[in-house]
This record gives sequence, structure tokens and C-alpha cells, in this order.
Amino acid sequence: MIDGPVVIVGTGQAGFQTAASLRLEGFGGKISMLGDEPGLPYQRPPLSKAFFREGNAERLLFRNRDFFEKNNINFRERCPVRAIDRQKKQVVLDDAATMPYQHLVLATGTRNRNLPIGGTDLKNVMALRTLEDANRIRETARAGQRVVMIGGGFIGLELAGVLNEFGCQVTVIEAESRPMARSVSERISSYFVELHSRNGIAIHCNSMVSRIFGNDRAEGVELADGREIGADLVFICAGVVPNSEIGSEAGLETSNGILVDEMLLTNDPDISAIGDCASFVHRGSGRLVRLESVQNAADQAKCVAKRLAGDPSPYDAVPWFWSDQGGKKLQIAGLTGHAGQLICRGDEENDKLTVFAFENDRFVGVETVGMAANYVVARKILETGRDLTLSDFENSDFDLREVLKKTG
Amino acid sequence: MVKITFIEANGNEITIDAEEGNSLMQAAVANGIKGIVAECGGSMMCATCHVYVDGADFGKLPEREEAEDEMLDSTACQRKETSRLSCQIKISTGLEGIRVHLPTSQY
Repeated sequence: MIDGPVVIVGTGQAGFQTAASLRLEGFGGKISMLGDEPGLPYQRPPLSKAFFREGNAERLLFRNRDFFEKNNINFRERCPVRAIDRQKKQVVLDDAATMPYQHLVLATGTRNRNLPIGGTDLKNVMALRTLEDANRIRETARAGQRVVMIGGGFIGLELAGVLNEFGCQVTVIEAESRPMARSVSERISSYFVELHSRNGIAIHCNSMVSRIFGNDRAEGVELADGREIGADLVFICAGVVPNSEIGSEAGLETSNGILVDEMLLTNDPDISAIGDCASFVHRGSGRLVRLESVQNAADQAKCVAKRLAGDPSPYDAVPWFWSDQGGKKLQIAGLTGHAGQLICRGDEENDKLTVFAFENDRFVGVETVGMAANYVVARKILETGRDLTLSDFENSDFDLREVLKKTG
Repeated sequence: MVKITFIEANGNEITIDAEEGNSLMQAAVANGIKGIVAECGGSMMCATCHVYVDGADFGKLPEREEAEDEMLDSTACQRKETSRLSCQIKISTGLEGIRVHLPTSQY
């Protein structure tokens, strides 16, 4: 337990939740939250979803300004942190001013990956990460425009969906053999390919963009096989890289993110790292992972806040994810990306689908559309930490409530 | 504006003016109601905006959709007959004066 100042670098989901949870846990010391962006901390997930339709930035705010004042949280916007001085236990700010910490929480998030191709600096080439990006997209996009999306991950497909609904003519270019290949099973990919195609979106897989062409403005993209696709707007949605440099430059260990132990501590016991920027060993699978999700950011923040307030325990929350695309919601519980055995149930024609994922016979999670109960119960099963095998599911005909009852 | 009263688990009452068109969750968050967490921001993923609508007012709300009904099975405090996810309740003039009870915990 500490009483000195806690400094949080980053004001996204993880940074905000750390400050809020510290107060909820009764921490009475000084809390500072430092973020690069202008404005109050806000939620990013809606930027590729409802925000495009609504444009209501106030709805994105975690809490209003009062909250930070009432809870005595020193929130600083437009305040990038340049370096960590571990010897003096202080962070160095942009104007060379310093801020001391007893404990430092790095919640620096990620930034969009740049593509090593020509033309990314043309005027109408965009990417989405911040509220500013999202506002720019809303101001620029017009119905009838031809849009090329480079990258068919969650954000690329969510944005493709809202732009298509808005009246744009959308083409998605995906390098892998299927969209969202890193995140979901083949069956879920194919369900969404079909859904988007029905809605009029063209999806090209196994396709690499070799350059974006045009003079001042992008006029289209050229694929590696020589094909050209004309465009009025080009989006780069090719994944993210963790903002771990501030850690590595200070001598913190990194491995696809800032490396933390089961308590979410870096190799410096006075520095924690959480959320999208942190690599940790997932307890259920033993794998080193870095998760980009609301759940991971919020739960890791709570874990750190509890520890700092004097109630330490290892991080072992069950991961969950969602994506809203083409009017359908994908819900995922657990880490299903390495599952070797996938069992599918549902009624795909009526947009009900659940993929049960097993790894070496062990149940590791579900991916589901239109069957929220399966997501809810799967989370419960995973939270109990029970080791269930494929036969437990087969014996209950894949009715998760039955599985829970029979094995309880 | 529509008047909504939140009753905290300890009996404390807070009345707010909520903007029409916002969800009950958004109105609660904007007005600093502590008992609403709303981790997922209204995406029906986390069930941390759980409320018990007062019995006298429950009938004024449109019925739950299937997904909300299923998500209510994962609330931290026990689900009751008048349980709702406040992110799924849209504020309208028809809800003027409704009373909403907060659970003891959302986690």
C-alpha cells in the first residue's frame, strides 16, 4: 500500500479506470492523469460504430469534468510525457517540467501501424484512432463516394459497415485469406463476409496493396497483382503497434508491448503497465498476450488500483470482446484464437451462431452472434476456472446452462 | 428534460434532469450517479449499468429485447422481475418522474 503520488500516463479506458478505481478503493493520495489528446477522457469503441451516425462527442465521455474535480484527480490534457527518470522517480513532461511519483502506471495504449507503401501521405488517406480522426471522417465522407479500406480487422470492417450504410461504395482489401483472421474462427469470418457482401461491400482477401496512387489526392490503390481499384477515400486499418518506447527507453523490458508479471508490474517494482500497451501471461493458456480491448483495459486498471490501495491479487480476469458490424453484434468470451477444435451450433440463416472453441480438448471460449446467453454463460464457466473438456459439452448437447449444471 | 429519481442502495435519493433521446445510463453517467458503471459504454456487453425500476414505473418502459434479457443473467447483484440494463432505456417524456433503484454493486 502506498500513499504518495500515483502518476498515470495515458487517459484512455485503462488510465481513466485506474484513477476512478483508486478513489473507489479509498486511495487518498495524489493522483495525476496525463494524456496527449485535447479534451476529457473518452471511449474509443463507438468511434467506428455509433459515433459516425450520431456525431455526439459528449456521449463518449467516461465522466464529466465535475467528476475529476470532486474526486481530486489531477487530469491534464495535451500533456505528453517524454521520458521516465527511474532513479529520481519522476516523469519528464514536454516542457522539461517534471512530476514525481511513488508509483507510475503506464497506460499508453497503441498507435496505428503505418504501411510501408507509397501514397499514404496523400490528402484523402485516413486512419481512425482518435476522436479527431473520427470527426475528420464524418466531415469528409459523402454518400456515393468510393471507399477503399486497407485491412479487414475489427475496425476496418466496423467502419466499412457504417460507411456502407451511409451510402458509400466500400471495398475491403485484406492481406490474409480471411478477414479478422487473427481474432476469430473461420466460421465467424465467413459469416461476416457473407453479411457484408449481402449489404453490398466488396471484400478481397489474399490481396496486398502495393501503393496508393494519385497526385495531391489519392485516386485509388494498386494491388500486388497489378489490379487497380479507384477510390475517393482510402482508409488504413492495418492494425496497431503498442506505445512501449517510453518504457524501453527507460530500461523496462518489452516484448510486443511493455512486459509485466502476474501482478501487472514491470521489472521496476514502482511501475505498472496495463491495457493495450502491456504484454502479460494469460493465466488460462500460459501464453504471452497483449490484448486490445475494453475488458482488458478496465480489469487490469482495477487490479492495479486494488493493489495500490493495499489489496493485491494476481490478474486473472476472463477476456471478452465485441464487435458491431452490419447491424449484428459479435460477442466473444475467452481467448479462442488458438483453438484447434471448433464446434458450431445455431441457425445461421436467422443470424444465430455460436462457435465453441477447444484447445487440446479443453474448453477455451465461445464466439457468438445473436445468442447472447451463450456469451454470458461461457464467461461464467470460464470465470469459475473449471477445466471442461469437449465431452462435457457433447454430453449436454452444447447447451451451456446444462454444462454449467452438470459439471457444477 | 425529464425528471428521473435514482435511489441508491443506502436509500439516498438523487433526482436528475435527463435529456430526451439519451439512454438512462448516459443520463446517469452525465449526472455523476455513482452506482452506474457502464464499462462497455452501452454495448450490452458488461451488465454494469443494472437497475431495478420501481414496480409502479416498470410498466411504462417498452419491453426488453431478447439480448438484454440474456445479458441480465450476468449482473453482479441478483436479477429481479424489474431488472433492466439502463443503457437500453431511452429517455422520453413518458418516463417523467420514474424511480429507479440502484443495486449494491455492479461488479
